[in-house]
Amino acid sequence: MKAIMLDKETYKQLLNQYISTQDEGALYRAERLTRNFIKKNILPEEIIDLHIQVLRETYPTIYEEMVYMCQFLLETMISYGLAIQENETLREKQLAMRTEISLAANIQKTLLSSTLPEVDGLDIGVISVPAKQMNGDYYHFVTGKDGSIGIALADIIGKGIPAALCMSMIKYAMESFPEQLMNPNDILRRLNHVVELNVDSSMFITMIYAKYKNGLLTYASAGHEPGIYYCKETDTFYNLKAKGLVLGVSTDVSYSQYEQELKAGDMIILLTDGVTEYRNGDQFAKRGELLRIIRQSMKLKAQDIVENVYQHFNSLSEYYQQDDFTLIILKKY
Amino acid sequence: MNLSIDVLEKDNCSTVRLSGEIDVYTANKLKTRLIPLTEREGTVVEVDFSQVRYMDSTGLGVFIGALKSTKKHSSHLKLTHLNRRVLRLFKITGLNEIMDIEER
Repeated sequence: MKAIMLDKETYKQLLNQYISTQDEGALYRAERLTRNFIKKNILPEEIIDLHIQVLRETYPTIYEEMVYMCQFLLETMISYGLAIQENETLREKQLAMRTEISLAANIQKTLLSSTLPEVDGLDIGVISVPAKQMNGDYYHFVTGKDGSIGIALADIIGKGIPAALCMSMIKYAMESFPEQLMNPNDILRRLNHVVELNVDSSMFITMIYAKYKNGLLTYASAGHEPGIYYCKETDTFYNLKAKGLVLGVSTDVSYSQYEQELKAGDMIILLTDGVTEYRNGDQFAKRGELLRIIRQSMKLKAQDIVENVYQHFNSLSEYYQQDDFTLIILKKY
Repeated sequence: MNLSIDVLEKDNCSTVRLSGEIDVYTANKLKTRLIPLTEREGTVVEVDFSQVRYMDSTGLGVFIGALKSTKKHSSHLKLTHLNRRVLRLFKITGLNEIMDIEER
């Protein structure tokens, strides 16, 4: 027996009650019954079919025209029924896809996880929060045999899954470079080549690559949001000057390399544009606000500073994180 | 916010007037209109930014795609009347050095 037939008596009783009293209570109960029908995947045409049966039983002498009318209505409802079924299938597919994306996001996390290196005299803090499930920002730390550390920070434009796939490509390309050639400008030049060959024409990547050893930071930038240098002696923040084209636009690009010496109490702040380019209603955040928060918490450990900054932006009213947010702070002590 | 795109085609020159915001929601619409214009050999595509309030990096991607297309099809892309905030994006990414950009 079809599922709907289990409720035939209830339907009949409600219909008769309404015909004789026009009582709203009957309508209300009928509505609840319909919701139950929807749960059981009962289609609109089945309800009309039920309606015809109930009519015939209640009014054995009913005009045939009335029945024809109902049959006509039933036929016109069939497309709705098909649409509902299609909708249901889509919903199931969407659920399956969502599960796959969250699996992929977990794989991404595992693949791209980077442990903070231990360096004498340097306190490192990092936070990276994706706007959607998959993160389009990428950071990575490597420790060289000579005791130096390398820091890569990239923003892949084009978000979500394509960006995440692209990121894995970068990671494995970087790992294939020989260590003795690990100068920031060489790394960017080589990466540009890899990206240019492989990436969709409207996708591009910005990256800053820095190397730190014995109080000296060497870095190069491929169109990345400028980093910031805090000088303890003058108690001032300076933009880290760097010029360079984003990765993936031209074939042969060479990158300039810059240096910044760090003394005790100095800081280096690296970020992606998700930190400075977010919008609060109609207001655009400015780098000044970021610096104000950093200054307030400057005495804390580097990890606490980056977390403070994220908490601050996240707690603003109307804040809606549109872009991936990554902030790295290096504190020389 | 939305983006409206007006295209005026005359001889070998297309003028594209943009008004609104170029972001992740409108970038695709812009791409669909802009790229075909750059696919005609010898044509100059001039994009007028005077009514563009805001652009994000997804929008930048569209212009990188258009630039690549001009190289492939021997056409030319020119951007005019960019506001300070939009121009900053082109400067940071180094694109101002390889693109024809006229400041506001």
